[in-house]
Amino acid sequence: MNPNDIAVLGVGMHPWGKWGRNFAEYGLHAARAALADAGVAWSQIDFVVGGETVRNGYAGYVAGSTFAQALGWNGARVATAYAACATGAQALEVARTRILAGLSEVALVVGADTTPKGFLAPNAGERWDDPDWLRFRLFGATNPAYFAFYARRRMDLYGATVEDFARVKVKNAAHGLTNPNARYRSSVTIEDVLASPVVCDPLHLLDICATSDGAAAVVVASAEFAKRMGADHPVRVSGLSTVTPTFPNTVLDMPNIATDAANAVSAPELTFKASIGRAAYEEAGVDPADVSVAEVYDLSTALELDWMEDLRLCGPGEAEQLLRDGETTIGGRIPINPSGGLACFGEAVPAQALAQVCELTWQLRGQAEGRQVEGARVGITANQGLFGHGSSVILTR
Amino acid sequence: MGTPVIEGWFTQDPEPGLIGSSCDACGTVFFPSGLSFCRNPQCEGTSFAPVTLSRRGRVWSYTDAQYQPPAPYVPARDPYEPFAIAAVELAEGLVVLGQVAEGYGVVDLAVGAEVELVIETLYVDDSGDRTIWRWRPVSSSTATNGDNQ
Repeated sequence: MNPNDIAVLGVGMHPWGKWGRNFAEYGLHAARAALADAGVAWSQIDFVVGGETVRNGYAGYVAGSTFAQALGWNGARVATAYAACATGAQALEVARTRILAGLSEVALVVGADTTPKGFLAPNAGERWDDPDWLRFRLFGATNPAYFAFYARRRMDLYGATVEDFARVKVKNAAHGLTNPNARYRSSVTIEDVLASPVVCDPLHLLDICATSDGAAAVVVASAEFAKRMGADHPVRVSGLSTVTPTFPNTVLDMPNIATDAANAVSAPELTFKASIGRAAYEEAGVDPADVSVAEVYDLSTALELDWMEDLRLCGPGEAEQLLRDGETTIGGRIPINPSGGLACFGEAVPAQALAQVCELTWQLRGQAEGRQVEGARVGITANQGLFGHGSSVILTR
Repeated sequence: MGTPVIEGWFTQDPEPGLIGSSCDACGTVFFPSGLSFCRNPQCEGTSFAPVTLSRRGRVWSYTDAQYQPPAPYVPARDPYEPFAIAAVELAEGLVVLGQVAEGYGVVDLAVGAEVELVIETLYVDDSGDRTIWRWRPVSSSTATNGDNQ
C-alpha cells in the first residue's frame, strides 16, 4: 500500500427502494453488513462518521451519532458530514484523514436516507435569500430542468440525440438486472424511454433518476490494522477528491440562478466537474487510461456522458460514440455504472457516494456476481451536488 | 406594469435590465447584487457600484417544465400550462437563468441563439401583477442551429 492509501475492509448496503421506514434502520442494516464483510467487531470501531442530508426532512437527525446509538454506544469518536450528493465521499474523507493522521485505526462510515415522492423540493418557509428556494419561486426550475440544460447542450453542440440518452438507460438497466441492491430490475428498451412522458425537454421520465430509500456503509482501516486482520491484498482508497470550484465558475450549477462572471478574472482551465476528477487522479497517481471501471452520477442519462468526458475517459463530444459502440457496457473497453447506476437505484442522497464505493469494491474483488467487469484493478467514482460540492474516489487493488 | 416579484433585481424601464453590482476594487460583476464582500479570491473588495447588465445575450442552454413544479413555485394559470426556461450568457461573462417569454417554447431556441430581456407577469397576488424578467428570442437568430457557439 502507498503511504496515503487506506484499506477498504468491508462494504455493505441496505437495498434501495421506497420502504417508508426510518433511515436509521437502513443505516444499521448496511453498517452490520459492512462489519460482517470486514470481519471487524463493532466494539473495535474507534471512529464513526455519518452522512447527513438536509433535503428530505431529517435535517440534523441523520448524523453519525444516530448510527452509533443504533449499533449501541461503544465510546467511539464520532463525526457527521454534509456535502449534498457528495456527502458519503466527504464522510469517507473525514475517516481517511483521521486514519492517515494516525489518530484512528478502523472507522465505520454510514449514509442512509428516507425520501419523499416526486420532485425534490426545497424545505418549507419563505426564504427570499436562498437560491434553492428562489429558483422554484422565480423560474419553476426543478432539478430535472438543470439536468435538461446539460442534455440540450450535448445535442446542440455535439449532435447527441434522445436515442443516445435512451441508450444510457437501456445499458444501465441491463447492468443492474441482477444487482440485489438495485430498486429497478427490469429491462428497458429505447422505445420504452421515448414513450415515457417528457419531463423537461429533451429528457423523458425514464432519463431521470428517482429518489429512493437506501443505505450504504464502508469499514476502512490503516494499512497496519488491515495487516493485523490478515487482509494482505485489500481494495484501497488511493485518491479522494472533494475540491470546491475555482473562481470564476461559469458553468450554471444547480440550484444557482446565475454563474460567476469572467469579466475581470478569466474562467479556469478546467470546469468544476473536470477539476474534481483531476484532483483524484493526481492524488492516486493514476492516469485516466488506467481506469478499468467507473461509477458516475447519472442523475440523468445525459449526465453520464458528461462525466465520461469530465473524467477524461474520452475526449469532449466522444461519449456518444463510445456508448453506441458498446464500449461502456460490461465487456467493453471502459464499462460505466456496472451497478446499474442511479438509473437502477434512484438517489438516496447521503448514501449514494458510498454506494459507488461499495460497488467498486465488489468489482475490484471480483465479487460483482452477474455484473463483473473482468480483471478490474482501478475504479473511479464521480458525483456533484448542490452548493459547490462534488467528489471523486479512486479505488485500486 | 405590476410590482417586481423580487425587489432590486431588475428595472422596469422601457429598456429594462438586470441590476448587478461591480466590485470597486477588481471590477468583477455579480448578479444578483447585494454582496458585502467580493467573491474573487484575489480581491478583498467590500464596496460595489450598481451596474445594469447587457439586455441581450446568447442562449447557453434551454428546456421547459412540462409538469407543474412544486411550491414555492406559484402557478400562473389553472390548469397548468408548460413554459420554457433558458440560461443565457451575457457579455459580462456570466450565465443568468430566466423563463422564456410568453408565446415562445423550446422550438424557438437553440444554443447560441440571441435573446433579449423583457418584463412579464409571473403571477398575480393580493397586490396585483408580480413581474419578473424573461428571455425573448430575437427573431433574426432563432433559425440558427447552435453552430455559432
